[in-house]
Amino acid sequence: MNIVVLAKLVPDLVEELEIDDSGIALDMTWLRLIINELDDHAIEEAILLKERTGANVTVLAPDIEGVDDILFTAAAKGADRLIKIVGDYESGVNNLGLARVLTPVIKDLQPDLILAGVEAHEDLDGSIGPLLAGYLDLPFIGYVASIELEEGKATATKEYPGGLSAEMEVALPVVLGIQVADEPPRYVAVSKVRQAMKTAEIEELEAGDFDLSGGPTIDRMYQPEVGESATIIDGSLDDIADSLIGIFKELGVQ
Amino acid sequence: MTATAAQAPHLSLSDTFYTSLFEVENGERIRACLQCGTCSGVCPFGYLMGFPPGRMIAYLRAERFENVLESDSVWMCVSCYACTTVCPKEIPLTLGLMTRTKEELLLAGNVPTELQDALMNSQRYGNPLGESPRKRAAWTKGLDFDIPTFKEAKRPVDVLWFVSDYPSYHPRVQLTTKAMAKILRVLGVDFAILGPEENSDGDSQRLAGERGLFEMLAEKNGKAFGKYEFNEIITSDPHAFNAIKNEYPKLGINFPVQHFTEFVANRLDELKPHLRDIGEQRVTYHDPCYLGRANDIFDAPRKLLDAIPGVELVEMSHNRNNSLCCGGGGGGMWLDGFQWEKAHVRLSEWRIQEAVNVNADILAVACPYEPPRFEDAAKMVQGAGRLMVKDIAELLADSLEMEE
Ligand SMILES: Cc1cc2nc3c(=O)[nH]c(=O)nc-3n(C[C@H](O)[C@H](O)[C@H](O)COP(=O)(O)OP(=O)(O)OC[C@H]3O[C@@H](n4cnc5c(N)ncnc54)[C@H](O)[C@@H]3O)c2cc1C
Ligand code: SF4
Ligand code: SF4
Repeated sequence: MNIVVLAKLVPDLVEELEIDDSGIALDMTWLRLIINELDDHAIEEAILLKERTGANVTVLAPDIEGVDDILFTAAAKGADRLIKIVGDYESGVNNLGLARVLTPVIKDLQPDLILAGVEAHEDLDGSIGPLLAGYLDLPFIGYVASIELEEGKATATKEYPGGLSAEMEVALPVVLGIQVADEPPRYVAVSKVRQAMKTAEIEELEAGDFDLSGGPTIDRMYQPEVGESATIIDGSLDDIADSLIGIFKELGVQ
Repeated sequence: MTATAAQAPHLSLSDTFYTSLFEVENGERIRACLQCGTCSGVCPFGYLMGFPPGRMIAYLRAERFENVLESDSVWMCVSCYACTTVCPKEIPLTLGLMTRTKEELLLAGNVPTELQDALMNSQRYGNPLGESPRKRAAWTKGLDFDIPTFKEAKRPVDVLWFVSDYPSYHPRVQLTTKAMAKILRVLGVDFAILGPEENSDGDSQRLAGERGLFEMLAEKNGKAFGKYEFNEIITSDPHAFNAIKNEYPKLGINFPVQHFTEFVANRLDELKPHLRDIGEQRVTYHDPCYLGRANDIFDAPRKLLDAIPGVELVEMSHNRNNSLCCGGGGGGMWLDGFQWEKAHVRLSEWRIQEAVNVNADILAVACPYEPPRFEDAAKMVQGAGRLMVKDIAELLADSLEMEE
């Protein structure tokens, strides 16, 4: 059983985001990058499946600054193979371009199961999974919260709005978009990550040119703007709370 | 078939566990344990640990330590040094047995989720609170004088003020940080801070079993210390003080350090002329574990309190060597929910009760974990309504304020 997990780095919201001079991208100067949270769940789910079934886990990630850390951390958790896709990401790569580059790589790996976080918080696009499934001609299930593996098939529990869940049986291979792992992503001791840095190997594959055709282009990126009917109350927490209480009273809220 | 081994494959002891127990200074004394049980008796959570320290040693001898690892009992240990202090055979229980066992569980990935978050934050951001590392010096805004960073100062400075995590970021503790800044200014101390170049001291993470993380943070701080010229380090945080004084040197990071209370007590003659009456106040003092028991600093804080006109110092039943932990040590700061589920009481509430019992107006503290912990606890304890929690720095600053 071969499991391939996709992981990527996204801006860490611990720092405030700023738009750069071009007006269509984030200013990268102070940006910190962090593993996309749902990809972290996808890795955890893969490791849990490995612990249950002895599957082989490969983690695949675009080569963006910090990628070695997330790959070595995955190795410390139990991932068997680490691959980074080297390419020119600086000028902006959309999910179509990424999916097209990943397709032949994944084909070569001959996986039974492909796991991706169901979306990344930097674009909230959620398209990598379905796109890959399309290019690979495989089924896709998104918002998956649990997976059971059997010979040749998987049972995925998928979440629906309103607190509903469904169990779906699907033939392998399949692409699954992970919403949450069966257990919260585990903490792995720094000493173990440092050990993995010494023993694990990261393979490099060339992305070549990205084919971005068919994707959207960004015309303008901007901070939330104050609407005409909105009032922003400035001041200390106490002042804001006082003003709000005043407004509520005026409006007759009991 | 060996049933236990098959059920819990990852809970067997690592090869290094025994050797690591003996690597701690005087670690081999564990062999001399009398099984007298004093350690378990003095332990604040000993009554509800499945395996208090004495019994852990019994199981170690019986080669049944797996049972200890399978229970989550050791996460109740707040690394308070009470057991270490009373042990008649002087076994380094806190540093050795308790911390090593936590390390073992952490390596096996067996860590309460709450604690994981603090460790992850420390790894990512250099502070357990998960705050922006860029904003480490943001507390200095709003003061009516400048707090220079070394980067800005660009010259040798007498004192490096290691501000530490909670004093930098926690809104309640920032008040004590500002008070300390004011005192340093009145004393005319030539100081600077590291600002964003400072990382968590890592001591509580170490005592929560994350040694690798501690070493990583210590290396970063060591590098930052090495970049600049100064004569000594001061800090208001007993955990940072303990790390820099006792643990960093083991990693080759050697810098002289004083706790804020010692530093000011040595300059008390300069400060005294500025101190004014704060009105009649019955004050009791809580000895923080890592200032008192772990580092034998009992007198400097009391000397400072005694110097404030109006203060009448009274002692609680647990004081000095026998002080009662606030519950924040050894990772306890990040295990409140876990410990509450087990104990349905907070150690900080017991301490507040003691302060109420001696009719104190003010509970004076000298550790940044304590103002928020004790203020929360005071809301839960009957009769604590009028008890105020103040850092010694705040009381001194109040007394200086009277002068203006
Ligand atoms: C894409 C998305 C999906 C989500 N999905 C879910 C979900 O499925 N389930 C769920 O439980 N949660 C979800 N959330 C989160 C949830 O909407 C928020 O956590 C929640 O609304 C926050 O409420 P609060 O009172 O804590 O927020 P606050 O930040 O306190 O804001 C409350 C309101 O007060 C306004 N306000 C704040 N400060 C001021 C000020 N100074 N002056 C004037 N107005 C002010 C804000 O604009 C806001 O309208 C989602 C959020 C997002 C962005
Ligand atoms: S106090 Fe010391 S000698 Fe007594 S049981 Fe505990 S460890 Fe052993
Ligand atoms: S260090 Fe404190 S909490 Fe930990 S076992 Fe010893 S007495 Fe108990």
